[in-house]
Amino acid sequence: MEERSVGMEIKKQTAIRSMKYEEFKNNDYLEEMVRELNRNGAGVIVGAVDDLLNWGRSNSIWSLTFGTSCCAIEFMALGAARYDMARFGFEVTRNSPRQADMIMVLGTITYRMAPVLKRLYDQMAEPKYVIAVGGCTISGGPFLKSYHVVNGVDKIIPVDVYIPGCPPRPEAFYYGMMQLQRKMKVEKYLGGVNRKEKEPEEEK
Amino acid sequence: MELKDKIKAIIPQAVFSETGELVVTLLPDDFRRVAETLRHDKEEPMDYLRDIVGMDWGDALGALYYLESTVTYRRITLKTSTADREQPFLPSVCDLWKTAEIKEREVYDFFGIRFLNNPDMRRIYLREDWKGYPLRKDYDMDSNPLDLDNEVNSDTTEEYYLNSDGTIKGHENTVFDRDAFVVNIGPQHPSTHGVLRMRVSLQGETICKVDPILGYIHRGIEKLNEGLTYPQTLAFTDRLDYLSAHQNRHALCMCIEKAAGIEISERAQYIRTIMDELQRIDSHLLFYSCLVMDMGGLTPFFYGFREREMILDIFEGTTGGRLIQNYNMIGGVQADLHPDFQKKVKAFIKHLRSVIKDYHDIFTGNVIATTRLKGVGVLSREDVISLGATGGTGRASGWANDVRKHHPYALYDKVDFREITYTEGDSFARYMVRMDEIMESCKIIEQLIDNIPEGEYRVKTKAIIKLPEGVFSSSVETSRGEFCVVLESHGDKYPYRLHYRSTGLPLVHAMDTACRGTKIADLIAIGGTLDFVIPDIDR
Ligand code: SF4
Repeated sequence: MEERSVGMEIKKQTAIRSMKYEEFKNNDYLEEMVRELNRNGAGVIVGAVDDLLNWGRSNSIWSLTFGTSCCAIEFMALGAARYDMARFGFEVTRNSPRQADMIMVLGTITYRMAPVLKRLYDQMAEPKYVIAVGGCTISGGPFLKSYHVVNGVDKIIPVDVYIPGCPPRPEAFYYGMMQLQRKMKVEKYLGGVNRKEKEPEEEK
Repeated sequence: MELKDKIKAIIPQAVFSETGELVVTLLPDDFRRVAETLRHDKEEPMDYLRDIVGMDWGDALGALYYLESTVTYRRITLKTSTADREQPFLPSVCDLWKTAEIKEREVYDFFGIRFLNNPDMRRIYLREDWKGYPLRKDYDMDSNPLDLDNEVNSDTTEEYYLNSDGTIKGHENTVFDRDAFVVNIGPQHPSTHGVLRMRVSLQGETICKVDPILGYIHRGIEKLNEGLTYPQTLAFTDRLDYLSAHQNRHALCMCIEKAAGIEISERAQYIRTIMDELQRIDSHLLFYSCLVMDMGGLTPFFYGFREREMILDIFEGTTGGRLIQNYNMIGGVQADLHPDFQKKVKAFIKHLRSVIKDYHDIFTGNVIATTRLKGVGVLSREDVISLGATGGTGRASGWANDVRKHHPYALYDKVDFREITYTEGDSFARYMVRMDEIMESCKIIEQLIDNIPEGEYRVKTKAIIKLPEGVFSSSVETSRGEFCVVLESHGDKYPYRLHYRSTGLPLVHAMDTACRGTKIADLIAIGGTLDFVIPDIDR
């Protein structure tokens, strides 16, 4: 954090506003997940292999580009040199759902788009994750009352991480994306996260 | 001769309303006659149809037509309506202005007005099985719940025409016939700059027809506006074309200020002009990055973003926002300039001038780039005018259409800059217009940056803003063309109707004309040089 030497008042405010470093690791939801995994127990070998796999998995997350509006432009900035998300294991984005590990929903989802999003999600291979970026995908955001906007993508697909903002700052993107990495690290890859596919729906 | 007198000479009973701006009200048949005469006028053809704005006045459904002459740049607004709410019909003008083809579809989609003799009366933004017309005042907002079934697009469309005995008949037109080879592109495709979807029919590798399908990001902004107070409506403008955020908002603020009679300070005018130009550079840098990336070059993408981040830093210092700044306000701007603003802007322009050569070295002269862009996707001057394709696209075909020059606002009549035009009309010319405009924007900023006068950045306005009755409009030159705000007020603190002229809709419409006869591999490059942003089209 940049230190500003401009009197007490401003300093005080920064202290309240910014999040303490330790708190970034503090996440009840993830801890609960770890506790549950520990309760069920894991074999020494399986557990070690799991750790290795998860380490690899969480550091090479390829995301499907699904940018519909403003938030997507900020995501592009993430790909460019200044923010460079490849540093954290998000090496490339993919344009095919078959090659993607997660889908970042960037921007408003409208009624016309909803079936397309659902279909792309269904086409992805397990294990798959969803990050909802921006007010629009979380709740409809500024367009909440519109006749054509889905009020939250979690009505269509399950969401793992929400990143609020309109648009979120690149730093917020990172925080959200790293939360997903943390989540992946504590999962049980062998016999855990690979959900069984439901009976395939009839192709229309 | 005054335009008013001209219309009076054709139709003596035309009504001229002067609450707000001049609007000429005509009966549908008279309207058609006036339109024809104005369009074919020898000295001053009204050959640019700026926009068609559908309206629901309760007792009547109708539309406003905004016309401009490309010779004298004079403007006129015509209005026509029909009282039939069950089966509303109006005459089409798509034989006079090609852009009406798609704009009339928009009016049909939102208001249910059918246009006689328009060959394509499909919905454009909403699903084909959508019930009702959302921008009508009596539309039930819950009548169309979320439907997760995949949508089926029909290959046929309706056309209506007037029979000789006065009855209205319809017949079916085909969009794609049974043996056409149709390829679907989008809506989830990284090179369509958003969520554009196109159906393209091919003959071998050659494109026969492009049929854009829009609405994948239609957010219903115009309807939402009707329930918001004027200061609240501002927020949506930034989210239309987010690469013209300042300029869009500038247009709406100008329109409201004009209607309410608010005079803004000289300082605010300076700030707005400089911000508009920074935004234009920002957008053109992104244009460069994306175009080159679409064509397979990755390095220039990093160049463009490197300089763009510097602009975003400047924005952030003053406005607090990077991409979406919410900076213009009714009566001025939100906050005063950051103390470092001038220093940073000057440093940035100096830096940009020193690196722009690299941009040209790596791409402009490149043999692959020139072969893929030169002579490809040609639009003639007549095409762009008839299609209403404004901005860089129009100027690349020799149509001098810069709003900043011909209808100056803010400080544009006080600064010296060149309106860039090319005559080739191909992809390369469209690319060059934008690259040259970056330099012109730098010039404008340099003339202003040292002379920002002292004063307040925002004049006090009333807490609740009510506008007088009437129709008001304003237009600005955004990064990609003419953006226009049309506001009808009934004297409330809410707008009765607030419409935005999409800069991108005519550009997407132009895809068909530009792509026919070219190879499918050029489609993305042509689309890239037309430079549209989809949320601005879908609104
Ligand atoms: S959350 Fe805001 S920035 Fe993101 S898509 Fe929605 S309106 Fe745009």
